[in-house]
Amino acid sequence: MEENKINLTIDRHSLSVPEGTTILEAAKLVGIDIPTLCHIDLKGTCVKNAPASCRVCVVEVQGRRNLAPACSTKCTEGMVVKTSTLRVMNARKIVTELLLSDHPNECLTCPKSGDCELQNLALRFNIREMPFNGGELSLRKRETTASIVRNMDKCIFCRRCESVCNEVQTVGALGAIRRGFNTTIAPAFDKMMTESECTYCGQCVAVCPVGALTERDHTNKLLEDLSDPDKTVIVQTAPAVRAALGEEFGMAPGTIVTGKMVTALRELGFDYVFDTDFAADLTIMEEGSEIMERLENHLHGDKSMKLPILTSCCPAWVNFFEHYFPDMLDIPSTARSPQQMFGSIAKTYWAEKMGIPREKLVVVSIMPCLAKKYECDRPEFKTNGNPDVDYSLSTREIARLIKRSNINLANLPDSEFDMPLGASTGAGVIFGASGGVMEAALRSVYELHTGKKLDKIEFESVRGTEGLRKATVDIDGFPLKVGIAHGLGNARKLLNEIRAGHSDYHVIEIMACPGGCIGGGGQPIHHGDSSILKARTEAIYREDCGKERRKSHENPYIVKLYEEYLGKPLSEKAHALLHTHYFNKQI
Amino acid sequence: MAEIRLACNIVSQVEAICDKYNNDPGELINILHEAQSLQGYIPEEMQRVIASKLDIPASRVYGVVTFYTFFTMNPKGRHPISVCMGTACYVRGAEKILDELKRRLGIDVGETTPDGKFSLDCLRCVGACGLAPVIMIGEKVYGRLQAADIKNILDELE
Repeated sequence: MEENKINLTIDRHSLSVPEGTTILEAAKLVGIDIPTLCHIDLKGTCVKNAPASCRVCVVEVQGRRNLAPACSTKCTEGMVVKTSTLRVMNARKIVTELLLSDHPNECLTCPKSGDCELQNLALRFNIREMPFNGGELSLRKRETTASIVRNMDKCIFCRRCESVCNEVQTVGALGAIRRGFNTTIAPAFDKMMTESECTYCGQCVAVCPVGALTERDHTNKLLEDLSDPDKTVIVQTAPAVRAALGEEFGMAPGTIVTGKMVTALRELGFDYVFDTDFAADLTIMEEGSEIMERLENHLHGDKSMKLPILTSCCPAWVNFFEHYFPDMLDIPSTARSPQQMFGSIAKTYWAEKMGIPREKLVVVSIMPCLAKKYECDRPEFKTNGNPDVDYSLSTREIARLIKRSNINLANLPDSEFDMPLGASTGAGVIFGASGGVMEAALRSVYELHTGKKLDKIEFESVRGTEGLRKATVDIDGFPLKVGIAHGLGNARKLLNEIRAGHSDYHVIEIMACPGGCIGGGGQPIHHGDSSILKARTEAIYREDCGKERRKSHENPYIVKLYEEYLGKPLSEKAHALLHTHYFNKQI
Repeated sequence: MAEIRLACNIVSQVEAICDKYNNDPGELINILHEAQSLQGYIPEEMQRVIASKLDIPASRVYGVVTFYTFFTMNPKGRHPISVCMGTACYVRGAEKILDELKRRLGIDVGETTPDGKFSLDCLRCVGACGLAPVIMIGEKVYGRLQAADIKNILDELE
């Protein structure tokens, strides 16, 4: 061990670090926060971008003529580093001023204002005037898709979005094109994102340090609907939202704010506050039954029943396989996502019960996700043009609206979801974390299939942060082989194995975003701090532990829904309302 | 699958070029050079064929094609004209030659006349500075030009 340690001095600190450590990482160990802009390294996931192109992190290294970028310079024995000399501070300031010289001065109206890393640097470096102006970039595009808004005038070419889209997600929708003043980040052939392979996972938005990539905002639309007395406006909230919303109000990452969130949504004026977790339980009933049906038929020799079966809750993942694996559209489960199951049930079963005509009922979802916005717009989820879920807001948007409505979330009392569509189990909650859907399915599949009670309902073997995980779960003597992938690049590896016929999995869970929904493109911006994702995941499992019921099939309102309306899982009615089909979208 | 409008034999030639370089993404620039020599330009469909052979996103191929001025996505005319804008030619009036070409052909740099006869591009130095200002039409070099010479040169070409 000792021979691999490197001794160096950073400012007033002497320290020793393992070989290969960068100056940036070493400085962090002694509490020195060297500013960065293009660099992001979400430890524990594969999200990384270190092109050393912005030069904001430069430091002085004794004996070296020029300044060194801390993010990409490895520590060497005896190195003496100064992170805040006048020379360093001036260089950083000038680099930032040069970036600002070609950046629109639109902070007052920019959707990223207050959460912008460039703005923060300008403040931190005490920039009080813009000394440089001159040539400006041209040929930049603006585009508003169902999910993502692209305003390339604000791009600073950190290339984080490109890294995430190409290396992490392997979607390849965004890349740098042209050169010099004409450079921009765009899809192939400078087309619109809507004409590209973009899955709307929103990870580019999650890492964009500035306002070049942001979410499509529906807050004004929601305000109008909430103030329309003719409309009944109901809301569903995804599991991962309650584990992150508090961050927007200064609460520690991992603070669960379920009860406060419900109160805030009522104060905003929603007529009923429901829970996507209810629909997650419903998803388990349908998907779990499909797993059992396919597995049993396959094992009894019916090879038209394909294995493995893949989960289908994640709309970005659905977009991904529709674009890249159109030859395998019969492999994923046909179960709709919880968001869409909720919309479908709300606008049929619940609306009929309440006597509310479909056109007067507005179903809004609060999601950690941007692909959900696109999913609402998919034509197969509309009846006579009226969508099952009218529109979706991200965690960030609802936080903005709560603040705008003079509500301080932190000071609110807790309250409970409305019934029946607000009833949920712990199984529904864990959908928010990678491995959660699998665990929820296993809890129900085991008990429904074997007729036995689980002694221990936690399936620790499917939890974790590894991008690709594999486990064999004993279902009463049958070794069920399960796989879990989060991040679309990991999903691609599994899909390629299946395509090549090398896969022996029975069931696979896939989530597009690193960490699962807790790391979704609509969540509070993590700015590269992976401890935030960890805290959110832990919060999700804590919430599960605190639930009275923790298995989807024990949700009394789900039982009632089947008794009163759907019959049984995979019934004709369930198929019509809760299942879908997929399309070949290859470009 | 998007409709491939390239002739089948061109597609197979592009695929053969990729195979020759073992479909190695590191050879992208060499592959693009050879692919461009087939028809004088690299249309979208050709880039998609290359992307799919090399198993890289089309956006990366397009990024490289648009980064280097040598590569073009516009079809060249039967008589591709290149005007040298190198220092020697420039100071001896290349810009006037270029303006005259633009005026007579009715096209801008990087474009091709609607009848497909001429295309117009600029380049930097053909190593014939003694003949400045110089243009090339196809492989032939025309030197010591004045704007007034352009009409005759164009008229002589079929």
